Amino acid sequence: MSTAPGFIARMWHHRSFVLGAALVALLAASALLSLAWTPYPAREIDIPNKLLPPGAAHWLGTDSLGRDIVSLLLVGARASIAVGVIAVGIGITFGVALGLLAAARRGWVEEAVMRLADFTFAFPALLTAIMLTAIYGPGLLTSIVAIGIFNIPVFARITRGAANSIWAREFVLAARACGKGAARITFEHVLPNIASLLIVQATIQFAIAILAEAALSYLGLGTQPPTPSWGRMLNEAQTLLFQAPQLAIWPGLAIALSVLGLNLMGDGLRDLLDPRLARQR
Amino acid sequence: MACATCSTRAWRGNADIGMTATLLLDVRDLRVRLETARGPADALRGVSFSLRRGETLGLIGESGCGKSMTALALLGLLPQGARISGSIRFAGQELVGLDEAAMSPLRGNRIAMVFQEPMTALNPLHTVGAQVAEPLRVHQAKSRAAARAEALRLLDRVRLPQAAQRLDAYPHQLSGGQRQRVGLAMALACAPDLLVADEPTTALDVTIQGEILDLIAELVRESGMALLLISHDLGVMARSVSRLLVMYGGTIVESGPTPAVFSRLAHPYTRGLFGARPRLGAARGTRLATIPGRVPELTDLPAGCGFAQRCAWAVDACRAAPPPLVAVVAALSPVDSGTEHAARCLRLAELGAPTA
Repeated sequence: MSTAPGFIARMWHHRSFVLGAALVALLAASALLSLAWTPYPAREIDIPNKLLPPGAAHWLGTDSLGRDIVSLLLVGARASIAVGVIAVGIGITFGVALGLLAAARRGWVEEAVMRLADFTFAFPALLTAIMLTAIYGPGLLTSIVAIGIFNIPVFARITRGAANSIWAREFVLAARACGKGAARITFEHVLPNIASLLIVQATIQFAIAILAEAALSYLGLGTQPPTPSWGRMLNEAQTLLFQAPQLAIWPGLAIALSVLGLNLMGDGLRDLLDPRLARQR
Repeated sequence: MACATCSTRAWRGNADIGMTATLLLDVRDLRVRLETARGPADALRGVSFSLRRGETLGLIGESGCGKSMTALALLGLLPQGARISGSIRFAGQELVGLDEAAMSPLRGNRIAMVFQEPMTALNPLHTVGAQVAEPLRVHQAKSRAAARAEALRLLDRVRLPQAAQRLDAYPHQLSGGQRQRVGLAMALACAPDLLVADEPTTALDVTIQGEILDLIAELVRESGMALLLISHDLGVMARSVSRLLVMYGGTIVESGPTPAVFSRLAHPYTRGLFGARPRLGAARGTRLATIPGRVPELTDLPAGCGFAQRCAWAVDACRAAPPPLVAVVAALSPVDSGTEHAARCLRLAELGAPTA
């Protein structure tokens, strides 16, 4: 018998998960839609129609260069998703591998991995980004790599802590008593038992990555013009904050809703993936 | 009344057993030292015993006396940082000092283990069928389908009700007794030579305990494997094993055929264990006898007999040096077991027959 139908039923009954998933779906849909269609070309400058208020032609108005805000937001979602997916991907790939290795080998391997994580953590993410920018120049790729590097120790620590607690469980001893080696135990027993934790953490790190990309672009270290991104829109809105506050509100709202959606989805997943809660039904 | 006919003589070791071809396990002077926050702890202090093919051996003692440590040492699963010395010969192969690569093919294949708590010993995320099939896939490289078919046969053999439907059930969907049957099926998968059962019935309720013990006894009889049963329950031992080791403070204080140990209670600690068991029909208001004091700290074991501090019969000589294992020879005893019954006590002669 499979638990899948029960899982989907519970998913629909979890309100904050549904809301979070809807917001995340909206984010993904915007990015996908922008590949096929936008109301106006997002990079098209139209000075005569600059700083228009929301209206029939431009639903959310235009910015200081006459670009359509809706088009900018749709295209900007791509940068947010790219940063989130790739930076979290980098963090999970390397962080989880290091964390699992540390837990499986213990001793000096664990010590070395954890001190390396401490070392990486000692540098603020922003400082890492500025350092990389100084070397490779500003751009989306540099900010993705910087945020990804920051994610590695986050995942390494969580993985190692959770994996250690699984290694101490009796069923791992039972698996060893069955003659299984450390690699097999890691992939068949440890990883599946910490997967839900990692999925939840991934959604949280995704949200943090979106915020970090916005922050870096706002500082001029991330996405470079003319590539649109929400952080850049905030950056450009700054100088006109009192004449046209709506320019800051739209991208701010987009960032806030995306982060809220990811956090709600993460919280919901944590509840849904908890086997103790599943058992009550 | 002191029994004048009880005499003691030096224990020669069981070299006579060692010569026979049926010897499966021979543990000699096994010592395990653990590094703890409070300094080195001697968990095992020279444990020696042997086990023939098909024999059932019980290991009894209170918590912290080294029962489980002995079991883990047999499988090479001691905690990190544990130092082991002595010798464990399993079917002629020395196990002490083997690395993981050499040890893994034995585990679950020729030496299998059943754990105390059947809920925590099963992975909550894997189905029962997959877990029973695991040892087969590890050691016999069976395909998924073949291992599944074998798992069903094993679950039938341990008499799990509706085994065919339960193959795809998760551990939390089973009762404690059913889970322990699954644990037994896992242990039996590769037809091991030795089954180590570490308190297999402690977590189960009394009616299920009997069923599981009978099942273990039946499986041992059918398959001809040897059994090392660990328990603190005298009743469990009486019905399950032919020979008994009594452990205290990391050493074996008494060993012998179960009926001989039960009838003579040679060592004061064994006597204490028997005195401390609750009995039906005891007069109302009778207090349960206890052994005064508590188990000595493993980090701070006394130089002499580990039990001396708690023993009513202890004399100065007991505290000076660890007593040797001496044969219990009691002409008046209803059970004649020759030299196989031995105890680690200086005052066996003076102790006499139990007054219980």
